Amino acid sequence: MSTLAAEELNPLVPHLAEIIVGLVAFGLLVWILAKTVFPQFEKMYAERTDQIEGGLKRAESAQAEAAALKKRYEDQLAGARDEAARIRDDARSEGQQIKAELRTEAEDEAARIRARAEEQVVALRESAERSLRGEIGGLSAELAERILGSELADPSRRSATVDSFLSELDAMALRQTTGAS
Amino acid sequence: MTTTATAPAPGFESPGVEDFQLPPVFGTVTKPVLELVLAAIIIVAFFLVAVRKPALVPGKTQFLGEAFHGIVRNSIARDMIGGREFLKYVPFLTALFAFILVNNLFGIIPIIQFPTFAHPGVPYALAGLVYVVFTYAGIRKHGFGGYIRLSTWPPDVPWWVRIILTPIEFLSNLILRPVTLSLRLFGNMFAGHLLLLLFTLGGEYMLFEAGDWQLKVLSPFAFLMAIVFTFFEAFVQVIQAYIFVMLTASYIGTVLADDH
Repeated sequence: MSTLAAEELNPLVPHLAEIIVGLVAFGLLVWILAKTVFPQFEKMYAERTDQIEGGLKRAESAQAEAAALKKRYEDQLAGARDEAARIRDDARSEGQQIKAELRTEAEDEAARIRARAEEQVVALRESAERSLRGEIGGLSAELAERILGSELADPSRRSATVDSFLSELDAMALRQTTGAS
Repeated sequence: MTTTATAPAPGFESPGVEDFQLPPVFGTVTKPVLELVLAAIIIVAFFLVAVRKPALVPGKTQFLGEAFHGIVRNSIARDMIGGREFLKYVPFLTALFAFILVNNLFGIIPIIQFPTFAHPGVPYALAGLVYVVFTYAGIRKHGFGGYIRLSTWPPDVPWWVRIILTPIEFLSNLILRPVTLSLRLFGNMFAGHLLLLLFTLGGEYMLFEAGDWQLKVLSPFAFLMAIVFTFFEAFVQVIQAYIFVMLTASYIGTVLADDH
């Protein structure tokens, strides 16, 4: 029965109404879209491309600027580092120099003090020797005088005289040292 | 399908061409005619909404519209036609794609459920239109003689090959292109709709009209197949719309090419 139907109704035979309506509908569709919608789309694409390209260019220049700035900062930083190193070296050498100067000064001072002390010692000894030499003569003479003036025969007297002389001499020496210091 | 094919229950009449003869909805206006108008309205409305508030950062509808336009523009027209000439054909190709796509999808949209191009009239008309467009483009670019030579006289071919090749080229390039273009679209839509009809009507028959309880039990499989094939049809409908536009662009591209 389907062969019978196919003979009566060939599916390849078009319907005229559909052809006409289809062409009119499609024609209007193309016309409306081509006039109103698609130019808008194309404009939008162009604008967007423009924006994106402009943005890319801006980004590129910003990047270049940033790179230049970075290089400058790095140069400055390197300069500062060099400067710091130089200052540090300077300070170190200066410090060493000062130390050396101070040491030599101190050594000089010490030497000078020592020399003065030695000189003083020598002078004191000389003056002591000088005064002792003068005094010893006097003392010997006085002692002899006393010994001779008293009873030579009496040994107890003689020893007492020597003792008193010596104690006098001690007292004198003590007085002299306390007065000298 | 196997159930109905191997053991057709008495009284089941498989759907055929007569099921494609739809009664008029009102007056003499039939369903496909209404669908054609509806498709045009839907597409125009969609694109007008898409460009209502044009913005550099698009909204959802604008994005969809631009994406659709962009697919036809960049991956069909630019690839197949190229040069600077492709822009001229983008509106035609985009409208063609949208028109065929919507009409095809009517085949699986509930209530409508009839692919407009299961009737061959509009596929014939569209293919004829495409034929006019690419023939006009070819003649304008190469002149009438140049266009005929480009279509039938491939360069660097020995004469004894040319005896066979030139008639074939003539037939395929100048005569058969619109025929294959329209029949491919029509055939796919027709067959797809027939398949869906078969599974749906068959399932319905098995469930309600057949006396056997076995057929009643098996009927869900027929409906399941109808659903599976609905998804398959959705795929075919999109692909066929795409192929139609792709081939149109390719024809325009070949007639605008500088040599064969």
